[in-house]
Amino acid sequence: MTTFMPDTTFYPSPAMATKAPPEALAYVAILNPDGRDAFATVDVSTSSKTYGQTVSQFELPNSGDELHHFGWNACSSCLCPWAPHPHMERRYLIVPGLRSSRIHIFDVKEDPRKPRLVKVIEPAEVAARTGYSRPHTTHCGPDGVYMNALGAPDGNGPGGIFVLDPETFEIQGAWEKERGPQHLAYDFWWHLGFDTMITSEWGTPNMVENGVNPELLLAGKYGHALHVWDLQRRRHQQVLDLGAEYQMVLELRPAHDPKKAYGFVGVVTSLKDLSSSVWVWHRAETGANGGWAVTKVIDIPAEPANPEDLPPLLQGFKAVPPLVSDINLSLDDKKLYVSCWGTGEMRQYDVSDPFKPKLTGSVHVGGIVRRASHPSQPRTALNGGPQMVEISRDGRRVYFTNSLYASWDAQFYPDGIKGWMAKLDVDADGRCQLDQTFFLDFGDLRPHQVHLEGGDASSDSYCFS
Amino acid sequence: MAPVPDAANAWVALALLGAFHGINPGMGWLFAVALGMQENRAAAVWRALLPLGVGHACAIALAITLAFAAGAVIPASTLKWPIAAFLVFLGIRRLLRHRHPRWGGMRIGPAGLTVWSFLVATAHGAGLMVLPIWLHMPAQADVHGSHMYVEADVSSGLSVTLVHGASYLLVTTVIAWIVFAKVGVGLLRRSWINLDVIWAGALIVTGGVTLLLR
Repeated sequence: MTTFMPDTTFYPSPAMATKAPPEALAYVAILNPDGRDAFATVDVSTSSKTYGQTVSQFELPNSGDELHHFGWNACSSCLCPWAPHPHMERRYLIVPGLRSSRIHIFDVKEDPRKPRLVKVIEPAEVAARTGYSRPHTTHCGPDGVYMNALGAPDGNGPGGIFVLDPETFEIQGAWEKERGPQHLAYDFWWHLGFDTMITSEWGTPNMVENGVNPELLLAGKYGHALHVWDLQRRRHQQVLDLGAEYQMVLELRPAHDPKKAYGFVGVVTSLKDLSSSVWVWHRAETGANGGWAVTKVIDIPAEPANPEDLPPLLQGFKAVPPLVSDINLSLDDKKLYVSCWGTGEMRQYDVSDPFKPKLTGSVHVGGIVRRASHPSQPRTALNGGPQMVEISRDGRRVYFTNSLYASWDAQFYPDGIKGWMAKLDVDADGRCQLDQTFFLDFGDLRPHQVHLEGGDASSDSYCFS
Repeated sequence: MAPVPDAANAWVALALLGAFHGINPGMGWLFAVALGMQENRAAAVWRALLPLGVGHACAIALAITLAFAAGAVIPASTLKWPIAAFLVFLGIRRLLRHRHPRWGGMRIGPAGLTVWSFLVATAHGAGLMVLPIWLHMPAQADVHGSHMYVEADVSSGLSVTLVHGASYLLVTTVIAWIVFAKVGVGLLRRSWINLDVIWAGALIVTGGVTLLLR
């Protein structure tokens, strides 16, 4: 139904969104490796009595969903001038199950502290309508809710994008009109100011669901390229190949300012030395029709380790890889947070100049070898490491969780990840430190992605700068 | 023969309707502002305006042409029924859904912008809204369907399109310029009232009035 004024959480530009009031609630997708996943609401209002506590936890109807990257039905992109519909409500969360291919829709309007499950799209419907399976990422676009999927129902490729009606959540079908050479999928996002979509590569369901396959990895078979698409014509335009050495090109964080034609992508590992890297894709300055290029800007080396401290998969390497699994970019495009899930480190870079990032902060929590504790419980060794990371709109609070993907969790943390969620406070000068009073212990449940009430640094996209 | 509306009133109504279409951020001025911001120069705003105006005028012209063609075989007294029904239908649909053409983008050229403006105006029923006024202008009301006056019909259709289109373009230009150069798009958050609801009301009321006027 329509409202008379625009949703107050819609902002024309990212700069305006940084002035948004602090969030009071965080929504967390939680994996249960032994049963039914959960969708939790965490109180993040510092003035609240229940600050840093779970205020509701909804258990899903089925087991084995493996919730991943969810998103809103509507966001600031509703203000985009060529398809404006600002009188919608940011009200529903669309939550895909990466393992089951089931999609859950939660309504947060009635009681934001207790989302209500209002619709479930079954895997068969996803497959019948799109030909895709294993939905992964969700973004609200100017003209619908975009999701992507890792592959086809048989577990092979290609993976791709599909679109949902933002009001009825009817699946409208596969998005691509011309796929070109794209086969693997992982993440997608866009530059609305340039009518350009970028997609990244992990592996097909068959390549990832039973854990990382060392043979495929050493042969360089996991994804190592980005794809550039014409967002309006839905056609593949360009492959940006990082080289087969760079395996698993995952999270895409385009600059929020629609005038800036660059973005950051994290690469999990290099076959040469197990390092992780962050790359910048950008519009090439040469070339007649403004093609795109990609440049490596951050290298994070593996840390030498005693083989006895390593899981079997890594013992031969005598090193612990950083395993950069997620990155996130603040709304002012100045701070990049980089999760090193293997070494148990959250890094902060100043990326005001995207081609010359400066390491400006680092905290340690967990890690394959390090097992660093949190200051709230200094004697408790923690496992898992900083993984999904989310930044508040004003850039002052950074939330992160420690679970990646059940079958991969088991390979890198074979003792069994104990789930936790932590938070960084960022001061006015940009210096970050752990909030000593914010630490959620989820026990055997494993928190994955976090989204913040009203929007955050990965939930919205903008058409005005 | 029912008394016809005063001709001067009809022209004023047409111009006001053009202004009403121009005020709506979804009908063009906001697009011009966004293109100006994306390129960071005022020239991009100016460049967008004429295509927006031409597209809008084409939508009006199409509605009038269709009605004119229909009027050649159906008497005006009968033609008003489907027009009224369609206006009410569009109005109710607009109240229920946030539909808009899935076509556009920020790297759009003048031709694309013209097509976009035509599509949104047509989808919003902008041309249809003009029809009741045109149908009851003196030329139509007096002699509609008479072949002797076909030329008069064509020229009045053209005038209607021009007056409405000029009014739309003037309002679009003024608002786009003020927002781009002075106010900024922050105003969207505070002032973007749901013109679609008013629009839907306007469509339904126009549908009703079409039936009342004989």
